[in-house]
Amino acid sequence: MLGTLASAGGGVTVGEIVETLLLRTGFNTRMVIAGTTLLGIASGVVGAFAMLRKRSLMTDALSHATLPGIALAFLFAPVFGLASRSLAVLLIGATVTGVLGVLCVQAILRLTRLREDAAIGIVLSVFFGAGVVALSYVQVNAPSGSAGLNAFIFGQAATMQAHDVMLMAVLASGALIASIALFKEFTLVCFNDSFARVDGWPVSAIDLAMMAMVVLVTVAGLQAVGLILVVALLIVPPVAARFWTERLWLLVMLSALFGGASGYLGAAISALLPRMPAGAVIVLTAGVAFGVSMLFAPSRGVVAGALRRLRLRLRIASDHVLEAAHDAGADRIERVTMRELADLHGWSAWFAWVVRRWLIGARMATGTRDGIVLRERGRRRGRQVSRNHALWEQYLVSYADIAPSHVDWSVDLVEHVLSEELIRDLEKKLAQRGEALPSGSGVTA
Amino acid sequence: MSVGPVEFDLARDLFPLAAGVLAALGCGLLGNFLVLRRLSLMGDAISHSVLPGLVIAFLVTSSRGSLAMFIGATVAGLATVVLVEAVKRLGRVESGAAMGVVFSVLFALGVLLIEVASARGVDLDADCVLHGQLETLVWFSAPDHLSDVALGDLLRAVPQEVTTLGIMVVVVLAFLGLFFKELRIAAFDPALSTTQGFHAGIMHYALMVLVAFATVASFEAVGSILVIAMLICPASTARLLTDRLRTQVWLSAAIAVLTASGGYIAATAVPGIWGKEEVNAAGSMSVFAGLVLAIAVVFSPRHGVVVRRLRQRRLARAVVREDLLATLYRASESGRPGTAVTTLSEGRAPRLVRAAMRVSERRGDVRVAEGRVSLTDRGRRVAKALIRRHRLWEHYLVDEAGLPPDHVHGTAELLEHLETLPPEGPQVDPHGREIPGDG
Repeated sequence: MLGTLASAGGGVTVGEIVETLLLRTGFNTRMVIAGTTLLGIASGVVGAFAMLRKRSLMTDALSHATLPGIALAFLFAPVFGLASRSLAVLLIGATVTGVLGVLCVQAILRLTRLREDAAIGIVLSVFFGAGVVALSYVQVNAPSGSAGLNAFIFGQAATMQAHDVMLMAVLASGALIASIALFKEFTLVCFNDSFARVDGWPVSAIDLAMMAMVVLVTVAGLQAVGLILVVALLIVPPVAARFWTERLWLLVMLSALFGGASGYLGAAISALLPRMPAGAVIVLTAGVAFGVSMLFAPSRGVVAGALRRLRLRLRIASDHVLEAAHDAGADRIERVTMRELADLHGWSAWFAWVVRRWLIGARMATGTRDGIVLRERGRRRGRQVSRNHALWEQYLVSYADIAPSHVDWSVDLVEHVLSEELIRDLEKKLAQRGEALPSGSGVTA
Repeated sequence: MSVGPVEFDLARDLFPLAAGVLAALGCGLLGNFLVLRRLSLMGDAISHSVLPGLVIAFLVTSSRGSLAMFIGATVAGLATVVLVEAVKRLGRVESGAAMGVVFSVLFALGVLLIEVASARGVDLDADCVLHGQLETLVWFSAPDHLSDVALGDLLRAVPQEVTTLGIMVVVVLAFLGLFFKELRIAAFDPALSTTQGFHAGIMHYALMVLVAFATVASFEAVGSILVIAMLICPASTARLLTDRLRTQVWLSAAIAVLTASGGYIAATAVPGIWGKEEVNAAGSMSVFAGLVLAIAVVFSPRHGVVVRRLRQRRLARAVVREDLLATLYRASESGRPGTAVTTLSEGRAPRLVRAAMRVSERRGDVRVAEGRVSLTDRGRRVAKALIRRHRLWEHYLVDEAGLPPDHVHGTAELLEHLETLPPEGPQVDPHGREIPGDG
C-alpha cells in the first residue's frame, strides 16, 4: 500500500513540500489550505461540545440530510430567479433539509418508543435516499445536468474558488466565535443539564445554539470535505483530545489543535500529491492523531494503561515471593520454590522470570545460579507485607464478620492496597480492643 | 421497452426488482435484532467501512473478481466491529463516538484508495457503492410476456448479484430459524443469556458477521444507503406495530418486501407519468421505507400518535366528568342541592366542562333545571364512590405516607381517578369530613 502511495506522490521535492507547508504557493491553494485549517479549528471546538453532550452521531444524520437540500436548491433556484450553481444557494438548501433532519430525529424520539440510534439511522438513510433520488432526477432531467453536485458527497477542495473559500471561512469563524462566546453556557449544559435547568438557564435554547454551531460547521465543510466525511471532523479530533486531558478548556484547545492540524496538513498534502482527495486526507490525518492519542497518551492511553497494569501485577507478584520467603524464614529462594510459587499463583514461566528480574532490578534481591538471595530491602518488604497480611486478617475477622476460613484468600488481594495511614489506624483499633498484635511492629518504613 | 408508465417490463424490471426485494428482506430481518440491541448504527458503520476492504481486495488481486471483493469487504466489515469494540473498551470512548471515529476514518481510507486505484487506470466508482447499480441488472434475452418464460432460461439468466442475494437471504433465514431463541434472550437480557449457557458475546459477534455478510451481498446491487435503510426502517416500523418479537420479525419481513416493491415502482413508473426519466430505485426504496415508517408513527393501532392522542383525550374527559360529579356531591354535602352551571367551570377549560355536562346529562348522572345542576340518584352513587376513594386516599397519605393534612388534597385529586383502590380506612378523613360508606 505504502508503495502505491509513494509512487502516486513520486516527483515531489523537499523544496515543494516546504513551500506548500509555508503557504508559499499559488493564491488558490493558499486560500484552500487556510480555509480548511480554519474549518478544522472550528469543528474541533464545536465537536468537543457535541461529543460531551453525546451528540456525536446526531451530526451524521445532519450531514446526510443535507443532500436532498443541495439537489432541491439546484432544481428550484431558477424558480426564484437565483443562480443554481451559486454555492450560497446550495448551502442554504443544505441547511434547510439538514435542520429538518435533526428535527425529525427529535420528533421520532418524542413521539415513538424508538431509541436514538434507530432515529438517527432512519433519518440518515431516508434523507440520503431522497437526496440520491433527487440527484438522479437532476442528472437525467435537468437541462444543464447535475454539474458537479456529486462533489458534495465526497468533497472537492481542489476545485474551490476564492469566494467559495471565503464563504467557508466566514461560516467556520462564525461558529468558532459563537462557541467561544457561549463557552460557559455550553460547559454547563454538557456537564449537568438538570442543574442548569434548575438554576434557571434556558437549556433548550443553549442546546439549540449548540446544534446551530454544528449545522454551521457541517455546511461550511460540505464542499471541501464532503458530506459523508464532514462528520469525521466533528467527531475524531475531540475523541483524540479526550485521551490527553480531563480539563475542559484543555480538551477544547487540543481538539481545535488536532482539527486545525488535520485541515492544514490534509489540504497541503492533497495539494502536493496528485490524486489525493483533500477530504479523505484531512480525515486520515485526524485518524492518525486519534491512533497516536489512543495508543500513547500518558494517562488514558492504551500503552500507559497496559504498563500500569503490568507494574501493579509485578509488584503484587514480587510481594508474594517476599512474603513467602519471610513466612518460611528463609533468605534465599531456590529455583524449585519459585516454580512452586508460580504454580500456586498461576504464573507462566515467562512471568515468573520477569518477577525474578523485577526483584533483582528493584534491589530487593541478588540473583544467583540456582535462585535468588534476598537483600535487606527485600527482607524488610517481606516482613512488612506479612505483617499487613496479618493485620488485615485480624481486621476482616473482627470487623467485617468474615469466617476465619475465608480470610486468607481475601487478604491476599487487599494487602497490596493498604496505605500506611490505614495500617496505623488498624494498629490503634486492634490495640484498643486489646487483641494480640502480630509481631514485627516498627518495620513500617 | 414499456408502453405505458406502469407496465412491467420483464427485461428491465425483473432482476432489479428481485435484487431489491431480496436485499430488503435479508437486511430487514436482521435489523430486528440490531434495533432491539440499540446497534442500529453498527449497520451504518459497517456499510460505510466496507469500502477500503473492496478497494484493497481489488488492488491486491488486480481483478474485479467478485469472490476477492467479497472476502475483502467481509473482512473490512468484521474489522469495523472489532475496532469499534476495541476503541470503546481500550479508549473508554462512548459507543456513538467510537463508531463515528472508526467508520469515518475507514471510509476516508477507502476514498483515498479509490483515487490511488484509478491512478492505475482502473475505474472503481465510489458513488456506486453508495447508490448501487440496480439498473444494470438487465435481462437482455427476456421474452415479452411472463407466460413465455421458461424456467431453464430464467435460471441461466439470473445475474450473479441476484444469486448472491438469494444465498444471503437463505443464510439469514436459516440463522434466525436455528437461533431465534438464543437471539431473543441475548437481545433482551444478555446477562441471563450468558448464565443460561449461551454466551451473549458470541451471539453478538455471530449477528455482526451476518450483518457484514448481508451488507456486502447487498451493496453491489442496491448500494449501502439502502442497506442502512433496510436494516433500520422495517424493523423500527414493525416495532411500532407490535409488542411480540415473533410477530415483529414477520411484520418487518412483509414491510421490507412491500417497501422494496413500492419504492421500485415509484422510481420507474411514477416519473414517466410526467414524461420524465426514471430515478434511482435504491434511493426511492429508502424514501418509501421512511414513508411507511411515518405512517406507522402516526397511525399505529397501539403506539401511534393518533391513538395516543385519542386515549389521552378520552382520559381527560373522564377525569373532568368525574370531577364534575364530585363537585356537585360536595356542594350537596354542604346543603346546596343545585349548583349554577357557571360556577362549575371555574379553573377548567369551558369546552371540556360543557362536553362533560352534555355526556353526564345523557347518561342520567345529572339533572339541569333553570340553569342549576343537581345529581340524580345514579350520579350520586358514582360521586359517592369517588368521594370515598378521594378521602380514603387522603387518609392513607397522612397516616401511611406521613404527609401533612394540608398537602394531600392535590395528590388525592389525581389518585381518585385510578383504577387502583385505596386501602380501607376509618369513617372520617384527615380534614374531619365523613368518608361515605361502600355502596
